[in-house]
Amino acid sequence: MPYVEQGETTLLEHLWLGLQNVVMVHNLLLIVAGTVSGMIMGALPGLTATMAVALLVPFTYAMNPASGLALLGAIYMGCVYGGAFSAILINTPGTPSSIGTTFDGYPMARQGRGEEAIVGATVGSAIGGIFGVIALIFLAPPLADIALRFGPAEYFWVGVFGLTIISSLSAGSFLKGVVGAMFGILVSTIGIAPIGGDVRFTFGSPAMQGGVDLIVILIGMFCIPEVLTIVSKGIGGHTAVEYKRTKGVLWETTKKVLVQRANLLRSCIIGTFIGILPGAGGNIANLVAYNEARRASKTPEKFGTGHLEGVVATETANNAVVGGGIIPLVTLGIPGAPPDAVIYGVLMMQGLRPGPELFAERADITYTFMLALGVSALVMVPIGIYGGRLLTRFVAKLPVRYLVPGIGILTIIGSYAIRNNFTDVILMLGFGVVGYALRILGFQAAPIVLGLILGPIMETGLVQAYLTGQGYSWPWLALFINPISWILIGMSILSFAWPYFGSLKQMFQKPEGLGSGNGE
Amino acid sequence: MRKHISWCFALAAFVAIAVLLPITPVMAADYPSKPLNYIVCFNPGGETDITARIQEPALKKYYKEGVVISYKIGGGGSVGWAELVKSKPDGYTLAGDNLPHIILQPMLRGNAGYKTLDIKQVYMFESTPNILVVRSDSPYKTLKDFIAAAKAKPGTLTLGGSGSSTANDLGTIMLNKAAGIKTVYIPFTGSGPVVPALLGGHVTGLMTYSTMAVQQREKFRPLAIMSEERMSVLPDVPTFKELGYDLVEGAYRGVAAPPGTPDDVVAKAAAIYEKVMQDPDVIKKMDENGFKIERMGPAASTELVKKRMVLYKEMMLEMGLLKK
Repeated sequence: MPYVEQGETTLLEHLWLGLQNVVMVHNLLLIVAGTVSGMIMGALPGLTATMAVALLVPFTYAMNPASGLALLGAIYMGCVYGGAFSAILINTPGTPSSIGTTFDGYPMARQGRGEEAIVGATVGSAIGGIFGVIALIFLAPPLADIALRFGPAEYFWVGVFGLTIISSLSAGSFLKGVVGAMFGILVSTIGIAPIGGDVRFTFGSPAMQGGVDLIVILIGMFCIPEVLTIVSKGIGGHTAVEYKRTKGVLWETTKKVLVQRANLLRSCIIGTFIGILPGAGGNIANLVAYNEARRASKTPEKFGTGHLEGVVATETANNAVVGGGIIPLVTLGIPGAPPDAVIYGVLMMQGLRPGPELFAERADITYTFMLALGVSALVMVPIGIYGGRLLTRFVAKLPVRYLVPGIGILTIIGSYAIRNNFTDVILMLGFGVVGYALRILGFQAAPIVLGLILGPIMETGLVQAYLTGQGYSWPWLALFINPISWILIGMSILSFAWPYFGSLKQMFQKPEGLGSGNGE
Repeated sequence: MRKHISWCFALAAFVAIAVLLPITPVMAADYPSKPLNYIVCFNPGGETDITARIQEPALKKYYKEGVVISYKIGGGGSVGWAELVKSKPDGYTLAGDNLPHIILQPMLRGNAGYKTLDIKQVYMFESTPNILVVRSDSPYKTLKDFIAAAKAKPGTLTLGGSGSSTANDLGTIMLNKAAGIKTVYIPFTGSGPVVPALLGGHVTGLMTYSTMAVQQREKFRPLAIMSEERMSVLPDVPTFKELGYDLVEGAYRGVAAPPGTPDDVVAKAAAIYEKVMQDPDVIKKMDENGFKIERMGPAASTELVKKRMVLYKEMMLEMGLLKK
């Protein structure tokens, strides 16, 4: 590839050019404006990064390509980060990439440690974002090649691996988590089948042909039960979230985060890697990172009760997805995640064909874009911490009788805004009630959402693999041919059996005072 | 007594307003005097979206009150079209529509939320012919090689394409029938995912749209294209017709209005799109990206739809995909 053959010097020259471009005042202003708008849109449940980027595309027509792309990149990065705010403060992921942040972020907010959570999320997001950009700048071609090796069968196994995370997400009963995930997969089948176009479970209503949107379920199942719980506990002076003013929380938390080197590095890698797989969608990165952080931790039982590591893991991973997703976009011309598809459209409109040509012929634009993403990640830190503090105080001081209707309105507007479809609002409320009932019965929302995300990925991969296997003696052989499949299968088995290793170990460790034992 | 009278008065006023309000006639004379709501029924970044974005600046010249591109995604476009047929027929709500989707969906799905002929054709502005591609390093250098290999090993060659019951799907069915071969069609969720599938070697080739072949011209080797004549942006790619197979198929894209939109308003909108498609900037971008420009007004595009309906019904009955 022409890109790799360029010598080191040329790469640095390009970087220098890009840097000079990026620090020009108008570009910096655009990046700041983009990051802030992105953060706001990310924090609002119902507005996704894809929509945010798509909304601002017309504004970029008047700008030169480098500036326009810098703006879109900043919005994307800011949006992914912004989802943490609503996840932490109102237990509703502002974007699907922040689902995992609710697990520990919201408990922290309820304990009065909301600021700590936000600082943790901010630092993690910045580090993850920068890591993704570094991978993009220096490792794009080899990573893109790896991404190409993932075919239908591999995507199926990625989905299966994703399901093994359930054990982390079901605080309490593993069985209930599995049932929840199965329910989520079932719900994901509503609508038109991705392969074959069969119409499923629409109950005769054409509006249901679009299936159930992920955001609708997110808002419904995370937000509404929380709201109903608050209401059922009685309105009165009770505030949803506490705020204890603690001095020096910013520096202390930053130190606590930077100490978690293993967690940070691992989450960065997970996020970048999942980002480069077009079709995996960055939404599972935060959940996988959460699971891995929990498994590697010496205190896994703390996860879910308000453990800073959980928040850091999810937020680092989801921002690393941004840089990762752009890798296949600029090297192969394939969007890694949905917002990249919009950016792809913009590139095409500007006459820039994504691919090796972009690096070779328009290196100035490409490197400016990539460095702008990095700058945006840095810009997030001061804005996020300051804004986050204000927001935490605001939500904490707001009495429930204003907070609850406010959230209610947000959910309705948010679920409508996704597809301009009133059916979505009704579905959201319906699932909200279902979610509340399920919560009382001990079912968590997260496994259900996981099933909903992974269902289409697994189904598409499975059926496509079966179809490609038509030429073999046994069609299902296609699922086991690629070495990458074996690695994924191995990882899945390991991940699934991991909780049981603990009890296996215990079987071999004899308690003190007992005689020699039961070797098994 | 006074209360009774004031209630009657209020009720009468209310009824009067309620009755008169919807009767404001749609005047074609002053069209366009309101902003255009241009609905895209597919994901941002896809062919339909890109086309809309290419047209946007030119459209704004004629829709002086503004152009709003909105998305109504789902069901392969059916959610958006089901909404369209229920929208106000005043000519300010138009949606991008696609063939063969709007024909095959109601035909094969039972209730797609709309009927093909309810969608009032305004203008058909582009098509993307089906093109058969393999990787540049593939052993198949010509269509003949490919067909020979397919005959030798039936059922082992796989062709990726965008979606089920789409032009790509139909193209593969038609090729199989015309050449007497059996290739397996692998549907992907959109044109985007087919590219890594071929680049990674997970499928033998693609039956995809001309736009994809243009985008990936370094890495893909097109074998033949399903258009009447060679495309100027792909001059070295022979047509199936030249090579002896009478296969012309692809996706058509246009813009359509709700049923009941007055004919003169439709004609005005069509005239605007005609002018947009004559804009040199639009033509340049469409050509560069591999779109084939069509220029079909309301009558011609409705003709096209009707002809295709008959053709596809026959094909579907033959394939046994339609139960009747």
